[in-house]
Amino acid sequence: MRAAVVIFPGSNRDVDVIDALAAVGGRQPIVVRHRDTELPDTDLIVLPGGFSHGDYLRSGAMAARAPVLSAVSACAKAGVPVLGICNGFQILTEAGLLPGALMANRDLKFVCRDVHLRVERADTPFTGRYAAGQVIRVPVAHHDGNYHSDADTLARIEGEGRVAFRYCTPEGHVKDAANPNGSINGIAGVYNAARNVLGLMPHPEDHVDGAQGCSDGRPMFESLVEHLS
Amino acid sequence: MKARVHITPKPGVLDPQGKAIRDALASLGFDGIDDVRQGKYLELELEESDAKRARAAVESMCARLLANTVIEDYWIELEAGQPESARG
Repeated sequence: MRAAVVIFPGSNRDVDVIDALAAVGGRQPIVVRHRDTELPDTDLIVLPGGFSHGDYLRSGAMAARAPVLSAVSACAKAGVPVLGICNGFQILTEAGLLPGALMANRDLKFVCRDVHLRVERADTPFTGRYAAGQVIRVPVAHHDGNYHSDADTLARIEGEGRVAFRYCTPEGHVKDAANPNGSINGIAGVYNAARNVLGLMPHPEDHVDGAQGCSDGRPMFESLVEHLS
Repeated sequence: MKARVHITPKPGVLDPQGKAIRDALASLGFDGIDDVRQGKYLELELEESDAKRARAAVESMCARLLANTVIEDYWIELEAGQPESARG
């Protein structure tokens, strides 16, 4: 798997995802910078978490207009899998590669803890190693993770099965008490129409090794390796 | 020419900061406030002197960067100079 990790000023979860990709994929990812106008020959693009450009204006707003996003967008349209984690998810929505927007958490607090997610479908490049309906535990660490979209867009996302993950109880029940940020319909991650672009707020890269206390995020990277092999 | 851009959360979009401000105002005794919506205000100094062209440019800036129209509305004021119609 030849993965590229795109780094912006203020990215800070790049090292974790680079380690996860190297550990699971067996190959060191290529690092690409925000001002780059071309991407190397790659079969996976990852936008890591952080606070790109200090979250100025809106989370991800500046990064979404960086030169490298034109190249990312072209690759996404050509079918290359693109994974945006946390700030990467915010950037993908700001860039229009994913629908909706991520607003400040409902209670205005930065939430940093493990959450449970229900895997909505297991037939995508990102989730082949999970089972549909499986509950996984991964950490979140964000202030602006409250997913929102207008009613028509939400109906389309739901109707087309484009919700990737929902916040749930350890037993898999999607309910308000298990929702860390107020996201509409408990949405923690969404796909584009072709399901080669995934954005999610939680950090699967931080649960890939037993030493991290849990490895529920590892199958996402294994799924990508399998899909791309 | 100066342009003033006001950006506010769309009606119906959750604005927890606005709610917190309303509650704080109520605790100071300012009763009778049904709702507070918090937004952003930007001032742009433009080289453009033609109001029509200035407005078109700022509209484009709002659509492409300054506002996220999924969750925000915006409106633009141009500093009072000659009326737009007179400038063609």
